[in-house]
Order: sequence, then structure tokens, then C-alpha cells
Amino acid sequence: MAKVTIDGHTVEVPDGTTILNAARLVGGETVPPAMCYYSSLKGSGGKCRTCLVEVSKGSEKDPRPMPKLVASCSTPVMDGMEVKNKTSPRVLDARKGVVEFLLINHPLDCPICDQAGECHLQDLAFEHGKSATRYEFKRREFEKIDIGPYIQLHMTRCILCYRCVYTADQLTNGRVHGVMKRGDAAEISTFIEKAIDNDFSGNVIDVCPVGALTDRTFRFKSRVWYTKPMDAHRDCDKCCGKAVLWMVGNEVYRVTARKDQFGEVKEFICNTCRFDKKEASDWTIEGPRMIDRHSVISANKYFEPEPEHTPLLNKA
Amino acid sequence: MKRKLLIDKAGVPGIASYEVYRKEGGYRAVEKALKSMAPDDVVEEVKKSGLRGRGGAGFPTGMKWSFLAKPEGVPRYLLCNADESEPGTFKDRFLMEKIPHLLIEGMIVSSYALGANTSYIYIRGEYMWILHILEKAIAEAYQAGWLGKNILGTGYNLDLYVNPGAGAYICGEETALIESLEGKRGNPRIKPPFPAVKGLWGCPTVVNNVETIAAVVPIVNDGGEEYAKIGVGRSTGTKLISACGNINKPGVYEIELGISVDEFLYSDEYCGGIKNGKQLKACVPGGSSVPILPHFLVTRTAAGEERLMTYESLADGGFQTGSMLGSGGFIVYDEDQCIVRNTWNFTRFYHHESCGQCSPCREGTGWMEKVLHRLEYGHGKMEDIELLWDIQAKIEGNTICPLGDAAAWPVASALRHFREEFEWHVKEPAQAMQRNYGRVTEKVFEAANA
Repeated sequence: MAKVTIDGHTVEVPDGTTILNAARLVGGETVPPAMCYYSSLKGSGGKCRTCLVEVSKGSEKDPRPMPKLVASCSTPVMDGMEVKNKTSPRVLDARKGVVEFLLINHPLDCPICDQAGECHLQDLAFEHGKSATRYEFKRREFEKIDIGPYIQLHMTRCILCYRCVYTADQLTNGRVHGVMKRGDAAEISTFIEKAIDNDFSGNVIDVCPVGALTDRTFRFKSRVWYTKPMDAHRDCDKCCGKAVLWMVGNEVYRVTARKDQFGEVKEFICNTCRFDKKEASDWTIEGPRMIDRHSVISANKYFEPEPEHTPLLNKA
Repeated sequence: MKRKLLIDKAGVPGIASYEVYRKEGGYRAVEKALKSMAPDDVVEEVKKSGLRGRGGAGFPTGMKWSFLAKPEGVPRYLLCNADESEPGTFKDRFLMEKIPHLLIEGMIVSSYALGANTSYIYIRGEYMWILHILEKAIAEAYQAGWLGKNILGTGYNLDLYVNPGAGAYICGEETALIESLEGKRGNPRIKPPFPAVKGLWGCPTVVNNVETIAAVVPIVNDGGEEYAKIGVGRSTGTKLISACGNINKPGVYEIELGISVDEFLYSDEYCGGIKNGKQLKACVPGGSSVPILPHFLVTRTAAGEERLMTYESLADGGFQTGSMLGSGGFIVYDEDQCIVRNTWNFTRFYHHESCGQCSPCREGTGWMEKVLHRLEYGHGKMEDIELLWDIQAKIEGNTICPLGDAAAWPVASALRHFREEFEWHVKEPAQAMQRNYGRVTEKVFEAANA
């Protein structure tokens, strides 16, 4: 076990835990934002650099501070480590820079983007970004690509977090989804536009933090904040069958996996549940689902099922 | 008497062939190491020699070797980093082209010291003809019994392969090199774990530069203490410097560490002074990544001491008034050269070579390039200079691998030392264009907008 202090909160965690996961035990403002790390995907993390933190004391044995800011999602804690997240101006400054970098090649057109309301980049920019951009050049643009009948890829919005690549690698068999080219020309691609033909391919939509991979059966049907999320389950022979139905009245507009308070899916669902079961009668509805207050989705007039002061934990 | 340990025989006719190399005393180090030394003795000699990595970072080689994890039953690998892609650096090319057997000899001795039975030379794809030279040399070495099973009857086995990259600067970063060698996309890995613990195919791995491995040969032949006699302080031995730019004698020179920059730049033995009798304007002493030095800081440090060609002296003054020895790519600029244009050129390179994995480098390098392009072509604004400073500061230190730093340092140092020139480009764009491109026409201005 290792004792680590993050922004003045001390927690004890098993050896090998990353700083980010330790911070998530503390919760609240102490948790660094993460755009690429995904706890259920092996190898993810370290890329977006939004989770940078300052290590002001290395460990009990070696108290020297680390010279550079470190990615909290991939740096394991040491006993006696002291970490500064929100309390370090250096971190906040660097994070502001990262948000700006992520946004220079990302279109600033949230009003017409299908992901708006549940977009992690939108949340991140809302909390850490600046209100105006200093970027005055042409942004990179791509044509929209349909990957099979259910998924649409719009690389223009991609922030190259690689989550979908890991999902495709680890959840589906046969590697057809990856990254081509390099630098700011890099793009997510299914090699030779081959459709991902797999029962779990729909999960790339859920792991995508931005509007680059969207559900073709839901695109532009509704803004997410006009739909009501309901926890529901069904007996499924392929997956856990636990999902969230996004409903308007009694109509199911779309089905997604359940995301925890950090926006991560712990139990992935299959394409049958996601795309084919769109009737309320297909499901056993458990009740309304809570949504994280920090998200832009709740900044509007979203109806809250429970009082505001309840912890941010989901029921899942 | 200046000693040359690596390329003194480079002029011998036919030295690239096995027979001539052997006749000139080649493979003595292998005989000595395998027959009379234990692997740890070789590591000890390298430690005593004070040899530091010649690829740019200057980390002590002996210490790097001693960090190698040695779990039972797991193979260990030695990789030679011949992905020499830093603009201004072409020393490894010279060494491999002229004396390929020196590298092979170094690989055998180093592999023996580390207990590696399979070793790879990862060479950049653009050096395809050198790949053929090395493959021929390796075939000769196999035939003569220096590689393969039971070398010299000692029971030590070693297989050596050459593997070409596909033309990516980033594959010179050790973990990207390992990924590429494994057949994957050349993206740097997130550290820790370091290659010494988990490298090639998850096994302990050491990655060394070509020159570092070649330097092991004279260290084994003459002893580490003898090697350490050359040089000043912690900068021991000799170093290959590839000099280019506005000098009379560009080329690859082997210097004893500790000669003065003044001597290197102006003596006829080395660079031979600035071409066409012009004045020195600036110098990049260690490849494009290291900070640029203005003329008054090249031969003297800020404290007024003589600057020497050593790791410490070139870094004297930190990034404020110093630079780095780096990979030894010595680029000299005369009074006619434009620092804005040069910085743009470097940044264009880093933008092109960024792997695109982490956000600050992927987006920041492209942004810097566009801003610098605008400044260079007469459309810059005063705010651009502050903006550039801010972008580089946000990239530096916040990336997965050192490419982000390498892209930020040249911009930072150019702004630090040559801010007037940037401002001049903003205030007098026509004059700046006139100097850099001759007569300024509407067309040039339009091209800048495109």
C-alpha cells in the first residue's frame, strides 16, 4: 500500500495504482480531466496530456520533486508522494495550453454537432479553456466516412485519443481499425475503408470523447439534453445487457452502454442491444439515470431526479 | 598530438572490406574481450572510460548498461540506433559508410558485455545503400567466424541483423525505435517502464548510438583509463562532429573533447573559418534540436570564459546563454543568413516528423510552423512573437517524448537571442524579403498567403 497526498487529500492505495486512479478515489475537483485514458482499455492513456499534474514530492524515500509535469494516468504512485493538481498554477497553465492545442484543429461548431451535451472536449473547454482562440489558420478537414451501417466517422472532430483503436483491438477480433499517417495529418481509419463487421463495434461510439464517431441510427434525431436517460436491462446472450435508453416519451431514441461518473463504460454492450432493440418493450426499465453535474448536458434545464447534494456516483 | 580513435583508418583504401580491416588490426577487441575478459569486465572498462552516449543526450554509457535488468531465462537485446535523422548530423553515416566493420566489431563486444545473443542495427530507411554495405560486412563477419554460433570457440553465440526504418525521425527515439522494430507504428512508448526493464518484445533492452558502440572498440583495446585520459572533466574521449553551413571545410571531424570552439571553427585542421570572409552570425553546435547561439556566445561563455567542445562547456549558462553538444551536428551561419527563415525551416521539419500521438506536439508544431511562415513571408504581427513564445513554452516538457522539447528549444532560443530580427520582419517586411529572396514582387507576397 502507498500513501499519496493529492491537493491536500491523503488516500491510501495499492502499489502500482496510477495518480489519476488515486485522485478518483478522492473525487470532486481533485480528479484531473482525462481525454484519452480509459480504465477498461489496456494501454490507453498518456496521449492527450490533459491529466498533467505536478509531483511536488517524489516519495518518502526520494523526496525530490519531479522536474516535469507528469501524466497522472500513466504515472504510478509512490509511498509518501505529494501531488498538486488544482492547487498548482503550473498545472492549470499547462492544461489551458493543452485545451487550446486540442481545439486548434477541432471545429468550434458545437451547436451543429451531434455530440454536444455529452462531449468531453466541450466539458473540458468549458472548465479549463479560454473563451477565444488565438488560432488564425485553416483547420484540418476531412470528409465524413460511414463505417458500416451504424457508425459514422468524422475525422474533422477527432482529437486522436486512440480509444477507439484500443477498443477495436481489444473488443473485436480482426484488426481493421487503426491510425494512418502521422503528426497533425494522422487519421483514424478502417484500413481501405473496410467496415467493422463485429458484434461489439458499436462501442467505439461510446468511447469516443468527441463527435468523431457517432451513431448513425441517432444522428440529428434529437439533442441529447431533450432525451431522458433511463437505466434498463434485458437478457442478452452476447453481453451484460445493461444499458441506458435515451427516451422521448415512450420512444427509445438510442441505446448506449452505462457510463460511470468519469464518463467511462465499464461493461460494454453488443450491437444487437445497441442498434436493434429500439422498442421500450424490449427492455426492463429500472428508472431514471443520474447525470454528472459538471457536464454541459446538465448546465441547461435538465430535470434532476434527485437533490443536488447527492454524491456524483452513478447507480450502476 | 591529436588522437583519432574511430575514423583514423577511414582513408585506408578498401577499409570497408573484411581483409583490409582485419589487416589494419580489426577485431582485436573481440578477441581480447571474448578470450580474456568476463562480460562484467567489459562493462567495468566502459564505466572507467567515462564514455557518454553520442546520440545527443550524453547519458553515461556504462551506467546505462548497468541498469539493464537481468532476469533468468529472459533474452536481452542490444539495439544500435542508426536512425540518424537530426538535421545537421551526418557523423554515423560517415562511420558506417567508410568503416562498417568497426560498428560490427563494437556490436559484438557490446552484445557480449550485455549478454545479448541477438542484436539489431536499426538504420534509417533513407540510408538504403549503407544497409547494403552493412549487410555485406555482416556476411563477411559471419564467414570469418566473428558472428554466429560458438564465436572463437568460447561458446558465445550472437546473431546480428540490420533493419531499415521507413523514414521517420521519431524512430530515433528509443521506444519508438523499438515499436518500429517490432513491426508496429513508430509511436514512442510511455515511460516508465524504461527499455532497460521492458524493451524489445517486453525484454530488457539497451539502445545505443552508432558512435557510442564504435567507441567501445578502442576502450576495450586500450583500456578505459587510457580512453579517459583524453578530454576534459566528465567529457572524455573523442567525438565525431559533422560540420556544415557557411564554413570553408564542411565535413566529419573527429575531435578530442576539450578543444576550444574557436579552434574548431577557425583552424585549418577543422572548419577553416567562415566562407567568403564573412562574419559569424550564429551557430547551432549540436544538431537542429539544441538552442542556437548568437556569435558573441559561440566562442566565449556569458562569463567570458573560453568555450570548449565539451558537454559541460557548451551547456554553460543553461538555456539562457548556453546550448548543448547534442549529436554533434555543428551548423554555422554567416551574417547573410536569416534566423527567422532558419527557425521556420527547423519547425517545418518537426511539424512534418511529429508522430501525432500527444496533443501539444501534434498541434503545437504545426501552429508554430504556420506562425513562423507568416512572419517569414512578411505578414507577421507583433503579437505573433509573444504567441510563438507562449506556444513553445506550452509544448516544452509536456510531451511523451523529447521531440516536443526538440521542437520548442530552437524557437525559444531564436526568440531569446534574435528577437530584433523577428521584430524587423514584422516592421519592415519588404526589406526582410529583399534580403532573403532578392527583389520582392507581388507574386512572392501572394505565395505567402497561399
